[in-house]
Amino acid sequence: MMTPNDLRKLANKIRRRDLRAVFEAGAGHIGGEMSVTDILTALYFEIMHVEPQNPTAPLRDRLVLSKGHTALALYVVLSEKGFIPPEEIATFLQHNSRLNGHPNRVKVPGVETNTGPLGHGLPIGVGMAKAAQLNGESWRTFVITGDGEMQEGSNWEAIMAAAQFKLDNLTLIIDHNRLQQGAPLADTNNLAPLAPKLEAFGWAVEEIDGHDMEQICTALSAETITTGKPKCIVAHTNKGQGISFMSDNVAWHHKVPNEEQYKQAMAELEGAMA
Amino acid sequence: MSNPFEGAKLHDCRDAFTAVLESLGAENTDIVAVCNDSVGSSKLGGFRDKFPERLINVGIAEQNMVGVGAGLANGGKIPFVCAASPFLTGRALEQIKADVAYSETNVKLVGISSGMAYGELGPTHHSIEDFAWIRALPNVPVVAPADRIETATVIKWAAAYQGGCYLRLSRVGVPDLLPEDHVFELGKADQLRAGGDLTLIANGVLTHRALIAAELLAASGINARVLNMASVRPIDEAAIVAAATETGAILTCEEHTTFGGLGSAVAEVVVEQAPVPMMRLGVPGVFAHTASANALLDDFGMSPEAIAESAQALLKRKG
Repeated sequence: MMTPNDLRKLANKIRRRDLRAVFEAGAGHIGGEMSVTDILTALYFEIMHVEPQNPTAPLRDRLVLSKGHTALALYVVLSEKGFIPPEEIATFLQHNSRLNGHPNRVKVPGVETNTGPLGHGLPIGVGMAKAAQLNGESWRTFVITGDGEMQEGSNWEAIMAAAQFKLDNLTLIIDHNRLQQGAPLADTNNLAPLAPKLEAFGWAVEEIDGHDMEQICTALSAETITTGKPKCIVAHTNKGQGISFMSDNVAWHHKVPNEEQYKQAMAELEGAMA
Repeated sequence: MSNPFEGAKLHDCRDAFTAVLESLGAENTDIVAVCNDSVGSSKLGGFRDKFPERLINVGIAEQNMVGVGAGLANGGKIPFVCAASPFLTGRALEQIKADVAYSETNVKLVGISSGMAYGELGPTHHSIEDFAWIRALPNVPVVAPADRIETATVIKWAAAYQGGCYLRLSRVGVPDLLPEDHVFELGKADQLRAGGDLTLIANGVLTHRALIAAELLAASGINARVLNMASVRPIDEAAIVAAATETGAILTCEEHTTFGGLGSAVAEVVVEQAPVPMMRLGVPGVFAHTASANALLDDFGMSPEAIAESAQALLKRKG
């Protein structure tokens, strides 16, 4: 069992590895990777029951990264957890690497479904949770979406179904960093506030600071499930979290740091743990 | 003799589908049905009554329906995802691509009332693009059975097959065409009639019409081979090449646009492996006018008589 401080240190390490891989590959979605890293770290190292040596164990908990463009953050987490060799991160986006820009379940152990087009993960999560419910099994399903992604209508189809089916074994985490690819949500198709909308659809909703490890772990714990209701965690996050010039800056959706920016970003992340 | 099926009882293939699904469901609790408020049109009422928990009706939400199917498969279930073909394949095409084909999930996509079965309801409810759309995707076999016997064996095959597939069923009545002990084999055509002058290749409700056309041709002294090509992808290349080399001309008939369907799939094999004169009958790249399902097929040149006339015209091009 890791302490919140252990988890923070690990998340910082994951951010650093992610940053380096983006710099070396010359591509990636660093803004959204930094915003989702704390949530992924808490899931894989505190909450979920998974077996890296047996990635398709029938009773494992499932994680669907619906915001598939932040695959690199998932790869680094999977490598830290032991699903793939840590040195493989260096192959990200390289010719014939299995670490594609979007995750592939057939190639990468630990990946549950091939995401990329937005609005796909939650319907799949509903199906997973329904399977567990039918079998009377206690494994849980977690889906992470971006907030811009909630503009996809398929998510709302799934939100209706999850409430109708009383899938209290399903947890949706919305990475609410308020920025989509080219502009703030507020200037595009503003869904905020998200919580009352999910509540209106019959979900149990909790709002947290998506970078506060204690809050993340508490919200994800099985003890906070409301019987008969799917759960939505609206995680208030910052795109580019941990790196001052990227943080909350729409320009860093998929921008790649130059060498000077890379050094500064790395120094900031290292400094945060000093 | 012009119509060998004169007076034969016509059957709705959906009944064979649900009868087999219910019997498989009794043997295997992992078999579930997923639908989009289509319990009636998919004829899932019996399945629901027998296994209420295993009938998962997501409401009118096809994208979610296919995603839920993929998630159920991830959880070890064998989902039969059933909906009217146009909405299953058209509305949820990206889910079929990403969540079923690319993710290689064990989802059985069952398109009901396919082709122009909805007749007068018009082109929004017709599904004459689905062969082209789904055939373009890796990992998803495309199968269109011709009668209730083939439908039953295809459903059994699908349940046992490890992987996704698209099964294209009609609701237009057809008589029994295949032998009762027929067993479907993926990628394998069935020769329903021997002949050496040309080959008619059809599937779905067109197989019935092609067989009648072959009898009409026989009355004119023309011996047509008839291949039932339920499996559109993978397609039986050997049977197509044999038809080309042994009969010298191929006429395809399908309840689909002529852009990218069965005729195109056959032509791809013919042009690369055994070029011979070909003609492709289908819907000629237009949205259909108002007419019943069978009248539309007649109007688009696929009455048995018109198929026979096309065959005669094709024979004139044979070297």
